[in-house]
Amino acid sequence: MSYAATHDQHDDHHGAPKGFFQRWCMSTNHKDIGTLYLIFSLTMLFIGGSFAMLIRAELFKPGMQLMQPYFFNEMTAMHALVMIFGAIMPAFVGLGNWMIPLMVGAPDMALPRMNNLSFWILPFAFALLLSTLFLPGGGPAGGWTMYPPLSLQSSSLAYAVFAIHLMGISSIMGAINIIATILNMRAPGMDLMKMPVFVWSWLITAFLLIAVMPALAGAVTMLLTDKYFGTNFFNPGGGGDPVLYQHIFWFFGHPEVYIMILPAFGIISEIVPTFARKPIFGYKAMVFAIACIAFLSFIVWAHHMFAVGLPLGAEIFFMYATMLISVPTGVKVFNWVATMWGGSMTFETPMLFAIAFIILFTIGGFSGLMMALVPADFQYHDTYFIVAHFHYVLVTGALFAIIGAAYYWMPKWTGNMYSEFWGKVHFWNSVVWVNVLFFPQHFLGLAGMPRRIPDYNVAFANFNMISSIGGFLFGATQLIFVGVLIHCAFFSKKKATDRVWEGAKGLEWTIPSPAPHHTFEVPPVINDDELAHGHVND
Amino acid sequence: MGQQHDAYFVPAKSYWPFVAAVVMFTTVFGAAHWLNAEPGETGFGKSVLIIGVIGVLGMFFGWFRSVINESLAGSYNSQVDTSFRMGMMWFIFSEVMFFGAFFGALFYIRMFSVPWLGGHGHGVLTHEFLWSDYTAAWGANGGNGPEQAGGAFRTVPAWGLPLLNTVILLTSSVTVTIAHHALRAGHRGKILLFLGLTVLLGATFLYFQAHEYIEAYKELNLTLHSGVYGSTFFMLTGFHGMHVTLGTIMLAVIWLRVLKGHFDKDHHFGFEAVAWYWHFVDVVWLGLFMFVYIL
Repeated sequence: MSYAATHDQHDDHHGAPKGFFQRWCMSTNHKDIGTLYLIFSLTMLFIGGSFAMLIRAELFKPGMQLMQPYFFNEMTAMHALVMIFGAIMPAFVGLGNWMIPLMVGAPDMALPRMNNLSFWILPFAFALLLSTLFLPGGGPAGGWTMYPPLSLQSSSLAYAVFAIHLMGISSIMGAINIIATILNMRAPGMDLMKMPVFVWSWLITAFLLIAVMPALAGAVTMLLTDKYFGTNFFNPGGGGDPVLYQHIFWFFGHPEVYIMILPAFGIISEIVPTFARKPIFGYKAMVFAIACIAFLSFIVWAHHMFAVGLPLGAEIFFMYATMLISVPTGVKVFNWVATMWGGSMTFETPMLFAIAFIILFTIGGFSGLMMALVPADFQYHDTYFIVAHFHYVLVTGALFAIIGAAYYWMPKWTGNMYSEFWGKVHFWNSVVWVNVLFFPQHFLGLAGMPRRIPDYNVAFANFNMISSIGGFLFGATQLIFVGVLIHCAFFSKKKATDRVWEGAKGLEWTIPSPAPHHTFEVPPVINDDELAHGHVND
Repeated sequence: MGQQHDAYFVPAKSYWPFVAAVVMFTTVFGAAHWLNAEPGETGFGKSVLIIGVIGVLGMFFGWFRSVINESLAGSYNSQVDTSFRMGMMWFIFSEVMFFGAFFGALFYIRMFSVPWLGGHGHGVLTHEFLWSDYTAAWGANGGNGPEQAGGAFRTVPAWGLPLLNTVILLTSSVTVTIAHHALRAGHRGKILLFLGLTVLLGATFLYFQAHEYIEAYKELNLTLHSGVYGSTFFMLTGFHGMHVTLGTIMLAVIWLRVLKGHFDKDHHFGFEAVAWYWHFVDVVWLGLFMFVYIL
């Protein structure tokens, strides 16, 4: 093995460049770009989180408390857009950027300059989106789904649509990059069926992204032309149909929710074996389950639209197709539990977040199954029940997995151990308050409280107040996370070993901590015993 | 993958991605401002939009120039070549899905929304209460919906210009393939001839398409406002036309690069990427010809 990486600039070999603009704005380094993604995502988490705090503050008591209804609607719409496109998705791309090349033994992403462009589009796109809050007509207030005809009344529609176009371009380029990296840059001997599950989950997620982001672009383009250029896609008077928008949107939107959870599945599949000190149970089944979920995600979109008046045949088809998803998802949950079965477990912070993920995500999955039933969905469609459901899968699901991943790989990134004590304080506060925040919303929804309203019947007062208290404390708890991150990166005295965790397996643990600026410039020799899934023979 | 690589290649730092992000932002910011301008407002948004578009063009020129120079300097090995190929393939796939959204809209409108408005199947009550005198039909007799959005119009007959354009695009697909074979065989004169022909055919297609649009607006009263018929007709053919324009420009650039001797029989990814793109545009047109013009 005498391959060596070639660079155009020889000074590039030995570490990070000095100039700030040079290093961060012109980067072709997957670690620096990954770091940018993660910092951006954390910033957006707090911006989107502050919107959520305002929502919960308004809902603390019945009656209009703090804000005008239009501003409340802006907050619900912007909270979702910022969290989905600004916090969760970039966090996964950042983790993918950092870890995929390390996990497959590649020196960098396949298309490093495009990688940099994918990132740098995002701050501009969000500047565009958030600027609408300060414009005369206000920001988008028709919900993140932007259903016509309501969204067509918004004077900031063009800004939101163009911001979504930019985010879509960024996502598609990021996804192309990840596919090219995984398929083309693996070190010799790193077969597809030896790849870590996280890498597999990203390969499949990237495919979903390329398949559905253009559909979203098409849908919002039709909104744009309907509003500004006089087309009639969503105007029944001209032969169109507002439900058409919902079909195209959810053809994007349902795969999108799996885009936000499949990499989380991958992360959990890395963390659990490490701290159970056992290889993952049913590696192949895990990979096929992810592929299966991805396939099913394309044929279930209309379960978001049971109440718009679909033909009966469509409702029944989408109901059964949706319930089918619980099979591969059940396989995954079973395999995580089976991985822990008989393992010699320790409960460091990443493992705590992973276990909380498995339990709480499953609760979110069950409430999803409830809503897959058409007759039941008629009862609680568009109530707080759906709000509780998707926050269980996105906060205690996707976000917990991201936080767990941050704790898991932080020592590799920074070279220092984080404070286990404060990590656990962060975990226990998060897991308690997030349930105080979202669990009562199930009851509110079942009792009939509609979502997206700033005022409500006094009958809902108690649970709303409990939920709001949980919300404020869950929000405040995340400040601990920032503290832990800053401490770990700059002040921690405890150096991390190369392997970091006793039970950790995989190429990323064979390099020094912190990971040097350039890694695997010479393709590593793959030793199957080093890999988590070096011997798959079932 | 089992293939052997001489060396991994990681490209040098570049300011083009950052520039690209800035000019893309400038473009859409200008466009959004322009769309939201009050009547009589000065052209601030328009100016920003124009600056942005010029910036995007300059960015493409600069970024591709640096990539071409690196390619000519021999920096790219076979692994980089494979990454580029994958990048282009998946980019084209994303374009397929983009057109898929508009074709999907067309199918939904023709199969469901228009018949339902006419009282078929699921839409009985809408028909009964709102537009009981509307008879569902596509084309000139009802394609603009129950309120006759945009007024009475006539459709573009499939067997005139659209048929001619189909023949032109199919021929251009053949000529670009002949040029590719010539490139592999190393016959530069033949490449230039057939690639040049492809560019001319693309330009001819665009000329006829523009002619068709003018006729539709002036003679047939078929406009973007002609209900969903006009919406789907112009959005589908319009986006396709934009892609043909882009493809023609790319083919012309490749022609110039062939003239400068940038390609040899083993290294011509740029040529192949554009050829793939051109075939994609061609296939989309066949879908359009079938579902927008004929049926």
